[in-house]
Amino acid sequence: MAESTGRTPLRDIAATPDALVPTAPPSGQELTAAEPDLRDFLPGIEPERQVDDWGRSERVAGLFDKALVDFYYHLWFRCTIEGLENVPSDGPGLLVSNHSGALPPDAMMIMKAIKDEHPRERDVRVLVEHFFKGYPGFSMLLPKIGGVAAHPANVHRMLYDEERLVLVFPEGAKGTEKLFKDRYRLRRFGRGGFVEAAMRAKAPIIPIAVMGAEESQPVFAQLGLVKKLTGLIYTPLTPTFPHFGPLAALMYLPAKFTIRFLPPVRTDDMGDEPWEDKGLVQTVSHDIRATIQEELFDMVGKRKSVWF
Amino acid sequence: MTSKRILITGLSTYWGGRLAQALEQDPAVETVIGVDKRPPKVALERTEFVRVEDHHSLIRRIVQAAEIDTVVDTRLVADSIVTSPKLAHENNVIGTMNVLAACGGPDSFVKKVVFKSTSRYYGCEQDDPSFFTEAMRRPRAARSMIERDAVEAESAVRDFSERNPETIVTTLRFANGLGPAVRTSYTRYLGLPVVPTILGFDPRFQFIHEDDIAGVLEHAVRHDLDGVYNAAADGVLVMSEVLDLLGKLNAPVLPPFATGMAMPLIKRAGLPIAADMLDHLRFGRGLDNRKLKATGYRYRYTTRETVLKLREHQRLASLTRGAGESYRYEQEVEEFLRRSPSVRRLARPEKRANLAAGERAPEAKEAPAPPAGYADLDAKEVIALLASLDGEALDALRTHEANHAGRKTVLAAIDGLLTRAVDTVS
Repeated sequence: MAESTGRTPLRDIAATPDALVPTAPPSGQELTAAEPDLRDFLPGIEPERQVDDWGRSERVAGLFDKALVDFYYHLWFRCTIEGLENVPSDGPGLLVSNHSGALPPDAMMIMKAIKDEHPRERDVRVLVEHFFKGYPGFSMLLPKIGGVAAHPANVHRMLYDEERLVLVFPEGAKGTEKLFKDRYRLRRFGRGGFVEAAMRAKAPIIPIAVMGAEESQPVFAQLGLVKKLTGLIYTPLTPTFPHFGPLAALMYLPAKFTIRFLPPVRTDDMGDEPWEDKGLVQTVSHDIRATIQEELFDMVGKRKSVWF
Repeated sequence: MTSKRILITGLSTYWGGRLAQALEQDPAVETVIGVDKRPPKVALERTEFVRVEDHHSLIRRIVQAAEIDTVVDTRLVADSIVTSPKLAHENNVIGTMNVLAACGGPDSFVKKVVFKSTSRYYGCEQDDPSFFTEAMRRPRAARSMIERDAVEAESAVRDFSERNPETIVTTLRFANGLGPAVRTSYTRYLGLPVVPTILGFDPRFQFIHEDDIAGVLEHAVRHDLDGVYNAAADGVLVMSEVLDLLGKLNAPVLPPFATGMAMPLIKRAGLPIAADMLDHLRFGRGLDNRKLKATGYRYRYTTRETVLKLREHQRLASLTRGAGESYRYEQEVEEFLRRSPSVRRLARPEKRANLAAGERAPEAKEAPAPPAGYADLDAKEVIALLASLDGEALDALRTHEANHAGRKTVLAAIDGLLTRAVDTVS
């Protein structure tokens, strides 16, 4: 064992004193007898690093926040946050929200709300389509500001092993490409994969209703030809796109945002391996969609103005 | 089971040699035999080298004659610059089949097979998970020759394991190795003064230090690990971070679209970028290394530290050029040392044993007096005190603590401070 008994290079001592001295089983046979909890063996944090293992860069995220998100959050969209106490202070949580706006601003606003206004200032990761990993530019930027490819294994690791908050938009591109006339009408919620992921991780699901993003970048039509030329997932006709080109990505109308966090839905009391029950998965998924939809109609019905 | 009679294929690789060195130091190991096409590159004391191609019947004869109980197969070529794709295929697929055939059979003594595989088994695709676990298969068919070989070789190993259920079969999927002795397309690529990357991409990379490669192999010999294990250092770095640590300039000059079509140009420019690296340079790859860590292996370097080690080596490379090849295998000399009656062999294991004991002895002898009232402090108070001590005092305290109370949290905290001190010095 001369090779393996050196100093341990992981030195997050203050946080996890015991993680450094795990009990090494003396032989292989005992290992197979009791499955070790792999959560004890997550890599430690190297304080010298600016970037974490998912590719999120503290520096870039901070810069992005200061240069753009801060301005949009406070001055442009004037976000109002409701029900933040529904976001758990510790442990995992799957945040599920409606999705809208051609280049959706809702993700950054929700992340900012939890980072800045939640008492624990929790860090949120947002699931993004695999498409972005293959598209130059996005591939570089999105992971740095907290985007993670929406792979079930990634969701499970973040929720179950690392106990993070994960934000997901089950509507996906169907939500953001929908036209202005369909605003605040939720699309299909995928195949319920997000519910399965939460069940496997025994993480609560926190529905979120976001109002305002629909009006911040209304989509009037989809441009098939431009889509073919650029290779993007969709190319909408908005008040600023495509005539302002990539700059249009930052040109939002100053709609007033309201983000309402709804009471969490527990998934740890649904019996053993509830994810095997596809009917239950679909029901939960449908219920969450209905909750958000009702809440949105309620909010839109009661608001006095789109802009104030 | 304890391995006593061990056969290592691929002895001329760095990790093959290091593994043999580590194993021959252990008096419990009766014999270590290494086979390869090329002679070993490191000095070996009692390991016997047999020059053999991966010929099935020859290896089988050695395995049977020496009553080998453990075969460590480290031959797999996971890099396209080492040899031509055709030879690599011959080595990786046919060679693996031959080695496995030599291990199987009803009258075989082999109880354990350790197979060194590669993380290229998983490939690099757009819809990959961020951390591959051992249970995952690659989402799409392999594209490059080497990846196809890895998949094929592993399926041969899986077949062998199914046909010989009582044999322990360990498959180790290694991340890209880095270190002074490893020469791969990645050490060449990262050795460029200005490193060309694909515009608009910042892939995630995970490496493993060459010492850890040898360490993991030894761990697999000493413990019974049935199944597949990923072997990669802790920490996944993005490309820009790696280049930053190496102090290299990042030049995003490779086109993001039609990169494959630009390959002839890249070749003409003389850049050491192989076509089968492009997916890795675009999408990157991360491995979940926890399954192996759960068996008790501790990596000596994180990915970041591995890269820093590479930087040290790169900085020194121009100064130490030519001084490297200190050992040359000479068959007659090795024969003489092992066989001649004039060589005093018997004395050596004892000497080694003494040495091994001696390593710990001085510590115990001059165990310094701890600070007054030390015994009265509890672990938390001790840890709070540690910050005020310097390296020597820490060392002394660690010895004292290890010999007396031996509180794990305190020891870990001292170790942490010591490593940090080493880092700031270097």
